[in-house]
Amino acid sequence: VTAAEIIAEPGVPQVIITREFAASPAVLFRAYTEPDLLARWIGPRTYRTTVDMLEPRDGERWRYTHTVPDGDRCSFFGFYHGDPTPRQIVQTYEFDRQPGHVYLNTITFEARGSRTLLRQNTVFQSVEDRDVYVLGGMEKGIHASMAKLDELVTGLQE
Amino acid sequence: VPTDQLTAVFGALADPTRRAILTRLTRGDATVGELCEPFAMSQPAVSRHLKVLQDAGLITRTRRATTRLSHLEAAPLREATSWLAGYREYWEVGYDRLDELLAGLETEERS
Repeated sequence: VTAAEIIAEPGVPQVIITREFAASPAVLFRAYTEPDLLARWIGPRTYRTTVDMLEPRDGERWRYTHTVPDGDRCSFFGFYHGDPTPRQIVQTYEFDRQPGHVYLNTITFEARGSRTLLRQNTVFQSVEDRDVYVLGGMEKGIHASMAKLDELVTGLQE
Repeated sequence: VPTDQLTAVFGALADPTRRAILTRLTRGDATVGELCEPFAMSQPAVSRHLKVLQDAGLITRTRRATTRLSHLEAAPLREATSWLAGYREYWEVGYDRLDELLAGLETEERS
């Protein structure tokens, strides 16, 4: 199992995730664009997820809703830009708790032998938006390596 | 944890010496003198770092006789790192679930 690499650099309104999967780009593409398949993997296991709409074509919409264990709900939604293909999906993203804060997601699937390298490049309207969404209001200028912090925190959780 | 404190926490963590001091404090409370040794720094320099850590709520300092002991406060650190941890977990759990789903789909496509 490969761990996802998540890069959120200080001062840049962007997050890049890379992750390898033991499947072809075509199969990964299905998991991203078939509503019943997407609902089976997106988000934590404890959430109930419904894909409310998903039309993988240029200008069409997608939307899914998470229901958390206490019954609270939140939705992510947006539009596809260009026809999604097993090479690339370009989509806008909005979170219903933050209306008007739109970000752009470019997902690429790159064949690596029998495996596929997924790259998700997310660009936000501002560094602040990125931080609010990803880091929950943390300020810019985070030079500390998150891996080191993880180690440190793990050491603290006795 | 309010945003201001998060800012202070991450500002404090941005410095490698301060992270090393925190790591040292996970093994127990220490005096300024004890913290100077491994870092080859003067007491005033270490004291300045301790002040930043204290202002961020990452350590508390208690006076004992003629010396002051620094004590690690783990809560703000856990809280602060949980922000990215939450995002990471969201995607990593999703990708793990996707692995399981893909295994089934690949088998299905081959048959």
